[in-house]
Amino acid sequence: MPKPLLRLNNLTIAFDGNTVVDGLSFTLNAGETLAIVGESGSGKSVSALGAVNLLPSNAKIRGERWLEETDLSQLSSREWNGVRGNRVGFVFQEPMTSLNPLHRIGKQIGETLRLHQGLDGQEARARAKQLLEQVKLPRTDELLDAWPHQLSGGQRQRVMIAMAIANNPALLIADEPTTALDVTVQKDILALLKELRDQHGMGMLFISHDLNLVRRYAEHVCVMYQGKVQEIGPVETIFSRPQSDYTKALLAAEPEGRPALLNATAPLLTARQLKVSFARPKAGLFKRQPPAFEAVKATDLTIASGETLGIVGESGSGKTTLASAIMRLVQSKGEITLGDASLSTLSGNALRRQRHRFQMVFQDPYGALSPRMPVFDIVSEGLRFHYPKLSRSEVTERVHQTLREVGLPESCAARYPHEFSGGQRQRIAVARAIILEPELLVLDEPTSALDRTVQKQLITLLRQLQQRRQLSYLFISHDLAVVRAMAHRIMVLKDGEVVEQGPCLEVLDSPQHPYTQALIAAAHLRHFSS
Amino acid sequence: MGWTTSRLSPITLRRLAAFKANRRAHISLWLFGVLFILSLMAELIANDKPLIMHFEGQWYVPLLVDYPETEFGGFLPTRTDYLDPFIREQISDKGWAIWPLIPFSYQTLDMQMTRPSPAPPSSRHWLGTDDQGRDVLARVIYGFRLSVAFALVLTAGSLVMGVLAGGVQGYFGGKVDLVGQRVTEIWSGLPVLFLLIILASFVQPGFWWLLGIMLLFSWLGLVDIVRAEFLRARNLEYVRAAKAMGLPSRLIMWRHVLPNAMVATLTFIPFLFTGAIGTLTALDFLGFGLPPGSPSLGELAAQGKNNLHAPWLGITAFMTLAIMLSLLVFIGEGLRDAFDPRHVKASAKPTQETKHA
Repeated sequence: MPKPLLRLNNLTIAFDGNTVVDGLSFTLNAGETLAIVGESGSGKSVSALGAVNLLPSNAKIRGERWLEETDLSQLSSREWNGVRGNRVGFVFQEPMTSLNPLHRIGKQIGETLRLHQGLDGQEARARAKQLLEQVKLPRTDELLDAWPHQLSGGQRQRVMIAMAIANNPALLIADEPTTALDVTVQKDILALLKELRDQHGMGMLFISHDLNLVRRYAEHVCVMYQGKVQEIGPVETIFSRPQSDYTKALLAAEPEGRPALLNATAPLLTARQLKVSFARPKAGLFKRQPPAFEAVKATDLTIASGETLGIVGESGSGKTTLASAIMRLVQSKGEITLGDASLSTLSGNALRRQRHRFQMVFQDPYGALSPRMPVFDIVSEGLRFHYPKLSRSEVTERVHQTLREVGLPESCAARYPHEFSGGQRQRIAVARAIILEPELLVLDEPTSALDRTVQKQLITLLRQLQQRRQLSYLFISHDLAVVRAMAHRIMVLKDGEVVEQGPCLEVLDSPQHPYTQALIAAAHLRHFSS
Repeated sequence: MGWTTSRLSPITLRRLAAFKANRRAHISLWLFGVLFILSLMAELIANDKPLIMHFEGQWYVPLLVDYPETEFGGFLPTRTDYLDPFIREQISDKGWAIWPLIPFSYQTLDMQMTRPSPAPPSSRHWLGTDDQGRDVLARVIYGFRLSVAFALVLTAGSLVMGVLAGGVQGYFGGKVDLVGQRVTEIWSGLPVLFLLIILASFVQPGFWWLLGIMLLFSWLGLVDIVRAEFLRARNLEYVRAAKAMGLPSRLIMWRHVLPNAMVATLTFIPFLFTGAIGTLTALDFLGFGLPPGSPSLGELAAQGKNNLHAPWLGITAFMTLAIMLSLLVFIGEGLRDAFDPRHVKASAKPTQETKHA
């Protein structure tokens, strides 16, 4: 019988009278991982933070909380300092912001050691080096004196993990530790967490939005929805015999289906020898100008009418830059032809007049809509500019029609973007683009900020629109499951270069390039038969 | 959230509601509005002429028309001094007059004083008189109006200039920004106060002179804020989306960038406004401001300093300035919150939330 490490009984958390976690009970044993899974707003992070009193003061926490033999609900704030960072370690989602940019790595790790173990100077440095080795970072001596900005996202997350395990905690809370990382890096970090857990016999509370990810790394799963536990139990049971409808929906939320078959059509967009480079700043006043950074190396691509070209790659591979170049939002070299217009030779007003033919949907549904304009103005803006002759009632009619087409009620035209959820906002962004009746739509990670179930709906919508309007898509994503559901052909980018391209299923089933193989292995695509 | 809060309300209505929810700002606005409207009617409240007169069966409107003294039985064909005891006697004998609440204008010298000026507050002069025997309350009312009017015009002017300069620099960036920044830096290095003092030595600086000179410099403070906001906003996704839509730069700046830059700008406006009042007061205090005799709060403060035995002068000047500036800051604060869409929810139901907090 393993000994219980963290025990919650009927934990209820309320902010200003709004209950966000309602009656959560579970027991986490030492050496095991319990995953709390749910979509954004389900209360998964709040419950973990609430268990260890890391919530703002307006949160009301009720219920029993036990960490081994300590009653957490009775601790004074001074006693808490001995628990947090010492018996409980944390790894947070955002490795870019959770390290202090003004302190060297060694100092940041040293700080926890000094606070909880009283280590100083050389001792602390030696222990920090040892920790960095434990999290499998290379060149640990140099890293101790490095600044956070010199590290990649994955490396920073490893440093965060090193800090979390510095005091041999009994419990490790990992709050979406890999969400901000590339898929190949994600896999390594998860493996590392599991390994460390086994080495130190820690209990791990693992918070994630991705049920399928959890499957391989947790023993127990707790599925939450709107603050309530939907289902809790061993991983195998949850996955093989899910009880609640919500769990079933989550399990089935992986994007599925394939785009409609394509009739042979003439190419709509052609890009030849497309290159984008950025000048690097000079190192000093009298130094020579360093060679420009080539974000996208000479690339050829074509998209036929009604076709989707998926562009796949990790962050920094140049996929967004490529899209911006095709949209003529950044300076580029090479030819771009859309139908009969040579976009690369146009500029100023001539280019502006063509712009209604190719539109873009951006990644961040929160940043892509002006927060100070009602939806009607956002959607109709391009229409009013490109077709100034339309009367007010014609514009209104078109806006309402387009909103209906993307699955939003007409009544939302008068409201502001902040009243909508991420998925609804992305629909508004799609409406803004298609109201101009473009021939080409560039979609830059349109689903990556959305929950899985919402992703699926958006993909279905995009496929419907494509069929109805014979739209061509340039679809950018790092998520292979989404790309598989959208793209006819895919192109894999790495460091600004195309490493592999071909029909979608062909590439996914039998990747030739080692990088593509690694990507596919990391993505753990579920097999489906279509 | 989401669909349930559907309410068809125009943008202004929502901002108004948010502003009203902020009680301090709301009350301040009312107070300031009432004070300003009252001060706009200063001629009806504090004047050395009757509003309406009935004299020997005839109607007179001294407020609007200048009548010679001979009309009322005097000897000189000059403008009537209605405070003259002889004229007052004539009027009370042969008709009647409606006087303003305070029978002195800002430059009326009270000739019937029983005490040496500066005279302490009394039933005749509610806030006393200054060292020339002028009614302090009358001067405060006129001075308030002059200060606010000055600050209003100055703020509006610097807003237009500052937003234009900052917007162009921030939005286009690059060389435009580089040159623009250097020019504004050099320009802001010029000493404003000395320029004004030098100017005062060869022209008599009036209201418009002062306004013009101060306008040349007061917009500089806004440039940095507006520029920073535009610089940030030009890389936002919705600005890129507008570019991708093919909108021209002026429309993008006007519709997308400016409304978002306005929050930061609005937070600055109360400071501009109070700063303008402060500078005007300081210049008057030093004696380089408005021409002598003008009703100015700075001049009142200077008198308070020169007549420490007459504390009502200094206290009045201080209280007037303190109340005016505080009200403005409260209003500015409420305005800023109302323009921020994220504040709407927080301020919509503050009563419920405070109960639980």
